[in-house]
Amino acid sequence: MSKFRKGAAKELPAVNTASLPDIVFMLLFFFMVATVLRKNDVKVAQILPAADQTEKLLKDRSVYIFAGKPGEGYKQFGTEGKIQIGDKFVDVNEVQPAILEEREKLRDELKDRVMVAFKVDKETNSGLVYDVKQELRQANLLKVIYITTQTDDAVKQ
Amino acid sequence: MARRSAPEINAGSMADIAFLLLIFFLVTTTIEKDRGLVRALPPEQPENVEPPIIKEKNLFVVIINNEEELLVEDKPMEMKDLQEAAIAFLDNGGIPNGQEGYCDYCQGERDPSSSDNPDKAIVTVKSLRESSYESFITVQNELVGAYNFLRDRESQRLYGWKYTEVSKSIDEGTFKGDEEATEEKLDIIKDMYPQKLSEVDPNN
Repeated sequence: MSKFRKGAAKELPAVNTASLPDIVFMLLFFFMVATVLRKNDVKVAQILPAADQTEKLLKDRSVYIFAGKPGEGYKQFGTEGKIQIGDKFVDVNEVQPAILEEREKLRDELKDRVMVAFKVDKETNSGLVYDVKQELRQANLLKVIYITTQTDDAVKQ
Repeated sequence: MARRSAPEINAGSMADIAFLLLIFFLVTTTIEKDRGLVRALPPEQPENVEPPIIKEKNLFVVIINNEEELLVEDKPMEMKDLQEAAIAFLDNGGIPNGQEGYCDYCQGERDPSSSDNPDKAIVTVKSLRESSYESFITVQNELVGAYNFLRDRESQRLYGWKYTEVSKSIDEGTFKGDEEATEEKLDIIKDMYPQKLSEVDPNN
């Protein structure tokens, strides 16, 4: 009998934390794999308009065109809407070479199915976007996607 | 002297190091999930080709002015009414029964002064240069919504599922069943209400 009492009086054993690093490493690897380090620095304002009839962007076959007012830190470029492809500002008449250059970065088999993704600030004039689209038509890049934020009902916004 | 056993390496701080890295990646991660409206631009027209003549009644003209106001078929309209008006126009089916081009699945008014059938009906958007991109997107969204509404209705009637839901699940690879046969059905629905959305030069 006294044997049992002796056992109960023992101190509570410490929680074994030996597997804690394993758990943390698992999470670490997940985030390392999921991380996309931003390739281009967006130099224009990017408040996207909202829409509810959206489809998913196929990232591996898209090239981005950014447009909007110059953002924080780029105010020296004025307040007019600007076009950015890759990581530099381009004029409307330079859109074609710039976009074709961007397309070269895609995988070979996807180059014919390229999709141009517009990431345009909602306060931009639609005339500027129209000009870019005319350039794309001339370059025969006809599939476009207007990136938006997702809402349930775009009109009520 | 008694031989000492090699001391164990203290792994207690391993978790701290891993946490440090973990927090770095947590902060820098942006899980990108871009979604948007997919559109196809019309191919470049050769200079010397005459554009085909389209009857006035088969055109649904939406104009966005610089103050973000809409003019639809020469009448001012609120944004919230646009989708309904577009559905009524596309689903009209103005050609009477028995004549060529009769639309047997349309459920609209059958008004002879509106569109002949969904294949002939063309929606054109003209947004003035100074109008905001946001209003342009909202209009595009409402018009795509009108097409999706009609396609959903027809696929529901013919096959018992919704066009938008099935095409979404095929895109995301979560569709279960015969994908090829379903794609064919999707194409049939697409042909019933082909998306004919055009844009007009804002300069004139």
